[in-house]
Amino acid sequence: MKKYTFTEKKDTRSGFGAGMQILGQTSPNVVALCADLVGSLKLDAFIKENPERFIQCGIAEANMIGISAGLTIGGKIPFATTFANFGSGRVYDQIRQSVAYSNKNVKICVSHAGLTLGEDGATHQILEDLGMMKMLPGMTVINPCDYNQTKAATIAIADYEGPVYLRFGRPVIPVFTDADQKFEIGKAWTVNEGTDVSIFATGHLVWEAIQAGEILAEKGISAEIINIHTIKPFDTEAVLTSIKKTGCAVSAEEHQINGGLGDSIAQVLVQQYYVPMEYVGVNDSFGESGTPTQLMEKYGLTAADIVEKALKAIRRKNS
Amino acid sequence: MQITELQNVASQVRRDIVRQVHACQSGHPGGSLGCTDLLVGLYFDQMTQKTNADGTKPFDMNGIGEDLFFLSNGHISPVLYSVLARSGYFPVAELATFRKLNSRLQGHPTTHEHLDGIRIASGSLGQGLSVAIGAAMAKKLNGDNGIVYCLMGDGEQQEGQVWEAAMFAPHNKIDNLIAIVDYNGQQIDGPTDKVLSNRDLAAKYEVFGWKVLNLAKGNDMESVIETLKEARSLTGQGIPVMIMMVTEMGAGVDYMMGTHKWHGTAPNDEQLAAALAQLPETLGDY
Repeated sequence: MKKYTFTEKKDTRSGFGAGMQILGQTSPNVVALCADLVGSLKLDAFIKENPERFIQCGIAEANMIGISAGLTIGGKIPFATTFANFGSGRVYDQIRQSVAYSNKNVKICVSHAGLTLGEDGATHQILEDLGMMKMLPGMTVINPCDYNQTKAATIAIADYEGPVYLRFGRPVIPVFTDADQKFEIGKAWTVNEGTDVSIFATGHLVWEAIQAGEILAEKGISAEIINIHTIKPFDTEAVLTSIKKTGCAVSAEEHQINGGLGDSIAQVLVQQYYVPMEYVGVNDSFGESGTPTQLMEKYGLTAADIVEKALKAIRRKNS
Repeated sequence: MQITELQNVASQVRRDIVRQVHACQSGHPGGSLGCTDLLVGLYFDQMTQKTNADGTKPFDMNGIGEDLFFLSNGHISPVLYSVLARSGYFPVAELATFRKLNSRLQGHPTTHEHLDGIRIASGSLGQGLSVAIGAAMAKKLNGDNGIVYCLMGDGEQQEGQVWEAAMFAPHNKIDNLIAIVDYNGQQIDGPTDKVLSNRDLAAKYEVFGWKVLNLAKGNDMESVIETLKEARSLTGQGIPVMIMMVTEMGAGVDYMMGTHKWHGTAPNDEQLAAALAQLPETLGDY
């Protein structure tokens, strides 16, 4: 089992900002759009270096999505940015018709996803966006796990032709992936190999899953940790290979259980290879105000919760 | 093109519209007929488009160096399909597939079936002006002098996104954009003034910062061309241009005029014959 360490903590949104700064230098067709949240999206460097390729839309997200779709007609690669809540649920029909159905090369890049937005509370804590976005035919949905991976994903999606939803967040979390990694869309990353239980995690929950793996190891349990950074297209092979080895699974996501990563895994299990599975996620509930740490504990999204579900999955497998 | 030639094209397009809608017994003839003169004026006279040696039109999504047209009120697809086919984007015979299974001519326009001439899906209302603004901004970034046109319905003005776009365009000096509102005063549930009045729509756009032109006779080809020319002359001056185009829903077919009844109703066999009797076949039916 590989031991993951970190020397610093950073927010994934800053990884996005760093990726955008590089795209500003390397990809002349990349255009950034924002709906009055430039600071929150860490776009300052991109805007400073490429003022002519930044479009301030004001608090008008629907118009921003439409303008983004239009910009692709002419070969631009628009990165439409706002909070996850306003870049998914608020503009679902605009994304559906003008971006997904029209197959436009728009990158919808959203921060402050999930509970870890914290004190602003449930109005801003979207926990349904992965589900909504993955249901759209042709939409690629990516939810990277740390600063470095978010930066790499940001750069990678500019080279990919088609609509993308890239989701990241606000809190500072450990930076534990390689700084110079190449991001492969749709290819799950096996963080740690194991034999007793497969833990499939995405976004902020990947670090929690790594910690859970260490706790389980102390109990003599070998957990396989897999980072599903791409929710769609889904890496079915990675799931099948792992569960055939371990015989049980746990999903972990900062998202509703209904319709999220776990349900994508469950589809594979039900249709192709049945094993017991447990979900770590928000169970049909809105969030609330609090610190990110308090909220992750209250809603059951910590390493301890993953350990508990892993033990339960193993018990079911052995019963 | 001469006005009389354009009028001849318009007559054929109107035949195509009622025949398309009749053949599948669904679709929206009223608004299509009302906007026929505008679309013919744009595609057969005003818009700069690449043309092949044989008269057909090449299509590339980016439309570099061309003028672009976006139909926001996608339900009047019959008129767009007819004008695209008649101007050379795809075979006229394909109009017979309108709204039928496996057709590229979906009920509402889409890029999904790769129909040449279509650059965006529309139908869910209120989105086209935003898309047109984006395409106009791409042209500016590309140093492309083409003009972007966008047609919306007057009922569609009730959508909030229209006003996000209306606020954005003047603030950002999108002056390679000519938008048109089809002011026919009708929507599905009745007269627009009764459903939810636009009140003084021209004044609203003016106060938002648009240059507004009034096209009082939107079914008179001479007036249409004159206004489109004037609109074009006003581009490049730091201000987007809006045309309030007054039309008669159902224009060209007497029994479809003066009512919202034909917004989304198909004529039966007798009604089709009555309509076609009023519309000379000028370019040959498909």
